[in-house]
Amino acid sequence: MTDRPLTKNIRPGQPPLDLKGYEKAGGYAAVRKALGGMAPKDVTQVIKDSNLRGRGGAGFPTGVKWSLVPIGPDAPRPKYLVVNADEMEPGTFKDRLLLEGDPHQLVEAVIVAAYAIEAETAYIFLRGEYILAAKLLMQAIAEARAAGYLGNNILGSGYNLDLHLHTSAGRYICGEETALLNSLEGKRATPRAKPPFPQISGLWGKPTIVNNVETLSNIPHILVNGPEWFKGLSHTPNGGTKLYGVSGKVKRPGVWELPMGTTVRELLEEHAGGMRDGLKLRGIIPGGASTDFLGEEHLDLQLDFDTVGKAGSRMGTGTMIILDDQTCPVGFVHSLIQFFAHESCGWCTPCREGLPWTEKILAALEAGQGEMADLDRLGKQVKFMAPGMTFCPLAPGAMSPLGSGIKRFREDFERHIREKRCPWR
Amino acid sequence: MLSYLLKQPPAPPSGDKRWKLVGATMRRYGYESYALIETMHAVQEAFGFLDEEALRFVAASLRVPLSRVYGVATFYHYFTLKPQGRHTCVLCTGTACYIKGSSKNLAAVEDKYKIKPGDTTKDDNLSLLTARCLGSCGLAPAGVFDGEVVAKLTPDLVMGRIARWMP
Repeated sequence: MTDRPLTKNIRPGQPPLDLKGYEKAGGYAAVRKALGGMAPKDVTQVIKDSNLRGRGGAGFPTGVKWSLVPIGPDAPRPKYLVVNADEMEPGTFKDRLLLEGDPHQLVEAVIVAAYAIEAETAYIFLRGEYILAAKLLMQAIAEARAAGYLGNNILGSGYNLDLHLHTSAGRYICGEETALLNSLEGKRATPRAKPPFPQISGLWGKPTIVNNVETLSNIPHILVNGPEWFKGLSHTPNGGTKLYGVSGKVKRPGVWELPMGTTVRELLEEHAGGMRDGLKLRGIIPGGASTDFLGEEHLDLQLDFDTVGKAGSRMGTGTMIILDDQTCPVGFVHSLIQFFAHESCGWCTPCREGLPWTEKILAALEAGQGEMADLDRLGKQVKFMAPGMTFCPLAPGAMSPLGSGIKRFREDFERHIREKRCPWR
Repeated sequence: MLSYLLKQPPAPPSGDKRWKLVGATMRRYGYESYALIETMHAVQEAFGFLDEEALRFVAASLRVPLSRVYGVATFYHYFTLKPQGRHTCVLCTGTACYIKGSSKNLAAVEDKYKIKPGDTTKDDNLSLLTARCLGSCGLAPAGVFDGEVVAKLTPDLVMGRIARWMP
């Protein structure tokens, strides 16, 4: 048993394991175990017991999500499993590692997860830019099909599953699960009203589970090694390992699989090698663009869903962006909001109109053309686009770094106004 | 049964062989309306962009209103209604790349070739595009040159790559 289950087969600089290599490394044992005698509900129960939480950013318990799907002979059919591989959050580069490094792990996970919810069709919704991942996944799916892990009557169990790869045409909002479903149906990716939740009425109105790549990749290991082993991997009650990433002006930016609950300090100093010489840490966006700033006082914070939540931010995707003292915080926040303004899908008014206005105010501030009243205007936008004011979490996500950024770097914002220029330029 | 369900799909707009690739994609999905995005991927792969003729043909073949086809074509970033140059340079302007100076790289290309993101040079040699996070933040600032991801870009590196394409 390994303490790095997700990345144990990944060999940097080398192509991923093919079917034979993957089987030799213990692969597809979870499929044999699940289909060889476990009832779908039992699989879900194991995942529930493991305390696995969604790695896409929200941290919702995976087993609970699955258990909301109607099961049994009376359940509506067909049912669908969808893999959310539309990794597009700025600063997030973890799913790419799993997709390119061990595609069979994901295919195996899909089979087990689809079996647990009795789905007969599964889709991988892949980001269009991930061309290498698309090629490797197609190969892995073809190999698995030829070996009888996909198709009709898998391993003689009577269970049928088809797996398709869909390449996205590129839009950040596709990462929101209901928008993703609209996109799979060939429509514009605008979010749907919840409820009904996809577990009841998802793709083409049928029960559907949407799970992130990293979440699913954990499934085979939990099934083979058991929920207690999985919980034991973690430093905190949130089970398992986590792919953590660091980008920004650190010595060795990258992504590593570490026990859940690893501290910011260990990540930054041991794995990323610390800040580049002569630079000081000023702020941390802990989990992709749509999370609140943390600072130096949070270096000993254990990164898991609950602990980071209590500190006033979110762990999100666990891939952090580091702000240093030679980068302008106003420009940093402006760059984040530019992204969100560009990616607003236009479905609801506060987001469609509010984000471009926010972006304009920030552009003026960064260029030294702002006024003090602009800070209040930005504060109002943060309130107008708070959770619950918009149709989906895109705009509230955008407001997280803005609201916390204004608080944390107020002096820097004011200097831009007083000096009528950017002090970093 | 509604009579249009029995109708044959319309003939392609021209005898261009590339329409066969598009037709094959639609056939694979049984001409279902949900194949819209996959079909437009096929059109763009074959022709490089989506023109009105193509949009009308796809709409008629999949029996989807032209308005929805146009809506989808303009919604997704990957689809383009304008022909692209022979070579494309995509520079990432995501936040990790911003910190590492991606704006300098962009300014260098804009200045030298007098184009803005989304434009193509007059000789059709180069299209400049920007992306918002390529998922390569560990390699920031990153870019894509004709489909190849290149890491740790500097203005010199970018100009050097582009110069190879120029006559």
